[in-house]
Amino acid sequence: MSDTHAQTVAFVRDTMVEEQEPPLSQSGAYKWIHENMFSTPLNVILTVVSLFVIWTVLSHLLPWAVMGIWDADSLAQCREIRDEIYGADASVACWAVISERWNQLLFGFYPPELYWRPVLAFVLFLAAIAPVLFASVPRKALWFSAAAPFVLYWLLWGGSLWGPIAVAAGFALGAVVMRFAAPALGALAAVLLAIFVPLLYWFTLSGPLAGALNAVIPLELVNVRSNDMGGFMLAMIIGVSGIALSLPLGIVLALGRQSDLFIINKCSVIFIEVIRGVPLIVWLFTASLLLNYFLPPGTNFDLMLRVIIMVTLFSSAYIAEVVRGGLAALPKGQYEAADALGLDYWKSMRLIILPQALKISIPGIVNTFIGLFKDTTLVVFIGLLDPIGLSNAIRASTDWNGIYWELFVFIGLCFFIFCFSMGRYSLFLEKKLRREHR
Amino acid sequence: MQQQATETVDRSQMTVSDEVAIQITKMNKWYGNFHVLRDIDLTVHRGERIVIAGPSGSGKSTMIRCINRLEEHQAGKIVVDGTELGSDLKNIDKIRSEVGMVFQHFNLFPHLTILENCTLAPIWVRKVPKKEAEATAMHFLEKVKIPEQAHKYPGQLSGGQQQRVAIARSLCMKPRIMLFDEPTSALDPEMIKEVLDTMVSLAEEGMTMLCVTHEMGFAQAVANRVIFMDAGQIVEQNEPKAFFNNPQHERTKLFLSQILGH
Repeated sequence: MSDTHAQTVAFVRDTMVEEQEPPLSQSGAYKWIHENMFSTPLNVILTVVSLFVIWTVLSHLLPWAVMGIWDADSLAQCREIRDEIYGADASVACWAVISERWNQLLFGFYPPELYWRPVLAFVLFLAAIAPVLFASVPRKALWFSAAAPFVLYWLLWGGSLWGPIAVAAGFALGAVVMRFAAPALGALAAVLLAIFVPLLYWFTLSGPLAGALNAVIPLELVNVRSNDMGGFMLAMIIGVSGIALSLPLGIVLALGRQSDLFIINKCSVIFIEVIRGVPLIVWLFTASLLLNYFLPPGTNFDLMLRVIIMVTLFSSAYIAEVVRGGLAALPKGQYEAADALGLDYWKSMRLIILPQALKISIPGIVNTFIGLFKDTTLVVFIGLLDPIGLSNAIRASTDWNGIYWELFVFIGLCFFIFCFSMGRYSLFLEKKLRREHR
Repeated sequence: MQQQATETVDRSQMTVSDEVAIQITKMNKWYGNFHVLRDIDLTVHRGERIVIAGPSGSGKSTMIRCINRLEEHQAGKIVVDGTELGSDLKNIDKIRSEVGMVFQHFNLFPHLTILENCTLAPIWVRKVPKKEAEATAMHFLEKVKIPEQAHKYPGQLSGGQQQRVAIARSLCMKPRIMLFDEPTSALDPEMIKEVLDTMVSLAEEGMTMLCVTHEMGFAQAVANRVIFMDAGQIVEQNEPKAFFNNPQHERTKLFLSQILGH
């Protein structure tokens, strides 16, 4: 290469150095433990203290949980069994309450002979969200996902299948209106028309239509009232509906808040601020108590439906703010490039802006969803029997009077599994999108 | 400066017709109370290659951004390809699909592959079938000499390659006019050449071009007119030779002495 220093630093290597293992003290578990736990005297102390605390907690908790009794009909029987096996002083869990009230915790007071319906609905639900969550599932399966809400409603509540079909037809009607009106009327007018026509249809035609179709071909399941539903089924219904509905609504609100159109902008801002500024529990009481005053007397507007609407509105305000953050994070150049190519507003949003903004917003959106899902337990205050509500009901029975921890641990664990999987999915999605786009 | 581009330019197709492509009359623009563009009068004929130079803040970018309505003008008239730019959204979208634009920071869509970047607008705006749009996109990617990158994402490309993709993306809409807003300002010297070469070959094919740029070599080689702007107005315009060798206005002389002086 360079011969500048040839005289002063002459050197020719005659043997090549073989590749060697790093010294034992610099590799593997030893190095890790040394670096992360015992690197300084302070860290040594902290490690020892932490280990002691962890040991203390686990040494009480683990035996309590592991030695727990699974087979008993009441708390009293549980205690008898405990006295027999471990002696009267032992503190052990009585998991029997969960095995004995398992069905109730899952389904509430759903008729036992119809348990197959929520179970089937849950399986169908898993099949329906798979293509939404994972791009590797064939895209054609999305049609099933679109139809699933109507099928699931029918399975859970029963009644005539024609009801949900007639409602679904309204959405199809809206899509048709949108498709044929957009070229003739322009985007905004077409959107308004595509909202108005289905609404008109739902309020006038869809009921009689469903009735008529049912008279010809009856496809009926036994009706189950919302009041009979409870437990994790209720939490799932409210949580999943809230999640599925609040995302699109939140996106629309975020776009509205960004809009240059004065009225749309101000309406979105007011909606978001009002909904977000009032505690959810107040909205739930509004749903359960106040709403009846505003509705025409005699209308029986399902309480669960009212709760779903309130939960949806509440979390959509949060989603809107999260998505707004994503929109604001996009460089202005992306908007300009989309404009410069001649894409109209809706196309540039759908194809350019939202895919990127939503990708940025994933952690915030999932965060909101996790919050929403846990907040479904608040419905206990308006008398719905969610898992917490059921735990009160179970405790009220003479058999299980006085049992607290086991139920709360179980409910907490179930919620944790749901929320933790949502969090993991969010990480998976972020990683996948980052890998794809770089 | 990039002088090497000068020698090899093929001028056979560079013909200016009498047809007017862009007509700007008495255009004024304000940002709040700040008067950014003052009485701009400019007529661009089909086939012209115009380089717009000037100090930063002189309004050159703002002027060409008015042509496809990325910026709104408050007074005066802009007619592009016979369509007047007003508040009518239909007209704006029509003009935007006829006028290609290349930005300083490329502004490729990072979530789409190179090919998807190029086919998106033809498919969704021009309603071209996907197969056909892809064939066109590959044609233009070959023209900018990066067909092998078609299935990568913009983040995997160098700045120069990204800018060439941005040019190809605009060309896929088969525009009649191309606007370049400082296309080489964000690039390394090595990459500037590859982008300028692409622009030169576009000019050789007779594209109507308006370039805001500091590349005076490019101006001398390709432009048929150089416009100098300062303080929101057109101070001087001339053909390149006269512009560089014999500037008239004091401000132009100062500007040229500063950018060519070292």
